[in-house]
Amino acid sequence: MSANGNRMARRLAWLGALVPALFVSQVANAAWDLNLTQGVTETSQTVFDIHMTLLWICVVIGVGVFGVMIYSIFTHRKSKGAVAAQFHESTTIEIIWTVIPTLLLVVMAIPSTVALIDLEDNSASDMSIQVVGYQWKWQYKYLDEELDFFSNLAASSRDQINSDPTGVDNYLLEVDNRLVIPAGKKVRFLITANDVIHSWWVPDFGWKQDAIPGFINEAWTRVEEPGIYRGQCTELCGIDHGFMPIVVEVKPQAEYDAWVAEQKSALKAAAASGDREWAMAELMEKGEEVYMRVCVACHQANGQGIPPAFPAIAGGAISTGPIKGHLDQAMNGVPGTAMQAFAAQLNDVELAAVVTYQRNAFGNEMGDMVQPADVKAAR
Amino acid sequence: MSTTATAVEGEHHHHGPAKGIGRWLFATNHKDIGTMYLWTALAMFFLGGAFAMVIRMELFQPGLQLVNPDWFNRMFTMHGLVMVFGAIMPAWVGFANWQIPLMIGAPDMAMPRMNLLSYWLLPVALLVLVSTFFMEGNAPAFGWTFYAPLSTTFAPDTADFFIFGVHLLGISSIMGAINVIATIVNLRAPGMTLMKMPMFVWTWLITAFLLIAVMPVLAGVVTMMLTDRNFGTAFFDASGGGDPLMFQHIFWFFGHPEVYIMILPSFGVVSQILPTFARKPLFGYASMVYATGAIAFLSFIVWGHHMFATGLPLAGELYFMYATMLIAVPTGVKIFNWAATMWRGSMTFEAPMLFSIAFVFLFTIGGLTGLMMAMGPADMQYHSTYFIVAHFHYTLVPGAVFALMAGTYYWLPIWCGRMYDEKLAKIHFWLSAISVNVLFFPQHFVGLAGMPRRVPDYPLQFADFNMIISIGGFVYGLSQLMFVYIVVKAIRSGKPTPDQVWEGAKGLEWELPNPLPFHTHTTPPRVD
Ligand code: HEC
Ligand SMILES: [Cu+2]
Repeated sequence: MSANGNRMARRLAWLGALVPALFVSQVANAAWDLNLTQGVTETSQTVFDIHMTLLWICVVIGVGVFGVMIYSIFTHRKSKGAVAAQFHESTTIEIIWTVIPTLLLVVMAIPSTVALIDLEDNSASDMSIQVVGYQWKWQYKYLDEELDFFSNLAASSRDQINSDPTGVDNYLLEVDNRLVIPAGKKVRFLITANDVIHSWWVPDFGWKQDAIPGFINEAWTRVEEPGIYRGQCTELCGIDHGFMPIVVEVKPQAEYDAWVAEQKSALKAAAASGDREWAMAELMEKGEEVYMRVCVACHQANGQGIPPAFPAIAGGAISTGPIKGHLDQAMNGVPGTAMQAFAAQLNDVELAAVVTYQRNAFGNEMGDMVQPADVKAAR
Repeated sequence: MSTTATAVEGEHHHHGPAKGIGRWLFATNHKDIGTMYLWTALAMFFLGGAFAMVIRMELFQPGLQLVNPDWFNRMFTMHGLVMVFGAIMPAWVGFANWQIPLMIGAPDMAMPRMNLLSYWLLPVALLVLVSTFFMEGNAPAFGWTFYAPLSTTFAPDTADFFIFGVHLLGISSIMGAINVIATIVNLRAPGMTLMKMPMFVWTWLITAFLLIAVMPVLAGVVTMMLTDRNFGTAFFDASGGGDPLMFQHIFWFFGHPEVYIMILPSFGVVSQILPTFARKPLFGYASMVYATGAIAFLSFIVWGHHMFATGLPLAGELYFMYATMLIAVPTGVKIFNWAATMWRGSMTFEAPMLFSIAFVFLFTIGGLTGLMMAMGPADMQYHSTYFIVAHFHYTLVPGAVFALMAGTYYWLPIWCGRMYDEKLAKIHFWLSAISVNVLFFPQHFVGLAGMPRRVPDYPLQFADFNMIISIGGFVYGLSQLMFVYIVVKAIRSGKPTPDQVWEGAKGLEWELPNPLPFHTHTTPPRVD
């Protein structure tokens, strides 16, 4: 028993020592992939400092408590002839270990309170962006500019989900359209959602904020350092919850201004391209691009959908029915389901193209097409 | 005392259990009902565990290999629901049924027939829940927290079965809790004052009050879901004038006490076992009781700490932060008391003790990360990442589940009149204790580094840790099969329980004869 017991004690002690040791080694090489990021804003730095203070306090408490227990496990064992003491209370010591933690808590509460107050101070911002969560993409509306767009998971990532993602740059952390903000400006975000609850998180900014339908939550950031910062949706929002990343590109003011101007003229050009007649081949090509970007999450790349939640387009009653019904479905969606009203998200050309594509791909072979002018008329 | 306890009245001598299946279908004996609860819980532990294995296999490497995201969502949803409502809660009710009458000197639970009903509602409810896998629309995929509107407007029709199942579980739990309270309040042996009750009984008494307080709240929130889904109300639908956030307030008003429902009985078991194997009385019995009460009270006023990122007003965030920090004080008291109980004892390290000591170590880690997350600004980063997954699994697996294992090894010799194989149990312990840390410790790292919870796939920088985590998960899962083997082996061919099972064990349950008669404490023992 005794030899056996000793061996056991060694193993137990090893386990007990391992845990705090892991904690400490984690701190020692605080690489990005082990610890919280320090981020690139004052907020994220403050949060990081609070985190590290907490971590060290926890390590000290842990080492203290575990140390006492491990010492006890080694020494106060029957196999070593320890005779049990019979004490079972001590008012003094119980008061001490109630009061000391309480004081420690007060000490920790102070910086947290200050940080929280600062985090919630949305006043005096330089510009505002409305962020809207959709199943499963983000919409960014620049409230001070005539500019808004959607941001989807990049095709480079989506294409590899079911095969081999190793080697994909920024796998699941890249989008087709990045949110661009100017460096050094206090940007206020007005965060909401269109369908279910999402949550907008860029770790480098130091906070996350839920996007809740019917509510507008405020948050802010000020990033001095131009760069690209990545994050993900952090509230379960359905099937593709893991596939709606966030990418923010921070540019110097001048470059930002140029970017805004460029975006605006691109939007104008895209709208104008709907004024002419489109050929079938053009519509199909454009339609495939839109489908793979916007519709693929639910209706799938092969058009088979994920029944019963998401119906197939291939052979679908509406997709192979009258054009008018099909266009109506795409433009107005089906309230109370995940099928959104795409009239508000896509321009005339995109809608015409994607409906044409759905009618002629996946073996549907309807042979007909929708022109941008038809969409314009239906609006 | 022991003479009265073992005296069996003549007329009861031949009144054994009924024969055949009727014994179980119509069981009113607390031991039989306890046994059924425990086997059900064990079966559900493996079902929930199987779901977890699917999750860990899918996350073994980046990309989707095994299941599509929809299935993945179903897997973690059902894993959570089955583990919480099917495994841990029923397991504790099983312990309550077996142990409370034995420990307070009562002949049975106060309301044996209600006891039978509350048991049988459980398998029915679980069947309703699991049957959704075979229906059109398939099992719930909205997380065990089932936030609206994902669970209302956007959920398949099977969500109504989920609601029905939750209702049944709630009724079952409430009846079970009423029974526990009635038993403890009315059937204690003469001389057993409240402050002489064993800690396990105390923690269950408080747990029972928590259950009665919050299960109706859960029932309320699922009923609101039901009417939102089917009868045109808009409690949680903003477009109808409702409020999706109200769902979270109500849910977490239930949900936070719920986590203490799962952990308080663990505190009780560990407080029984440590003194036995340290051969020394529990340190600070009275402060243990008050700390349990304080934790239970505080659990009602801290729900907002689950909602720091939902846009609560600043005053609300500050309040919930301060209130949550307070919980650290009574929890700290408990941990210090356990350490002081071990201090200068004369310890031996049989399986129940090993699991209990590991509980104290590892639950402390879960408690410390809990303290970190109580800090509002820091939680803005931790929230909804693997950091929180690591935190609550530390409190529930090496927490509640280890306490269940400890309690089973501790009392099994009484329950089945036979000893388990100590050597195998020790192997089971070491495999579990090591693998559980390989499984959950690296989750702190990936969480801090930014991996969200509930995702079927992840960016490549999380790949290495996820592989390690999965391996830990497989080893932990497989080692639990040993537990079944050890228990079955004990029941079928274990050595008969000796008169003195554990040298340092004190309490009424240890003064009963072996093997245990079908009816015990028919004449109340006296406690002085
Ligand atoms: C977020 C998921 C989602 C996305 C993205 C989505 N749909 Fe749908 N779609 C649905 C659902 C759900 C239905 C079934 C609605 C119902 O219950 O009637 C549907 C139905 C349809 C149908 C009817 C299918 C048939 O033939 O019966 C068409 C057509 C359609 N969608 C077109 C589109 C187009 C075009 C896009 C992209 C621009 C798109 N959908 C993107 C979820 C989605
Ligand atoms: Cu989302």
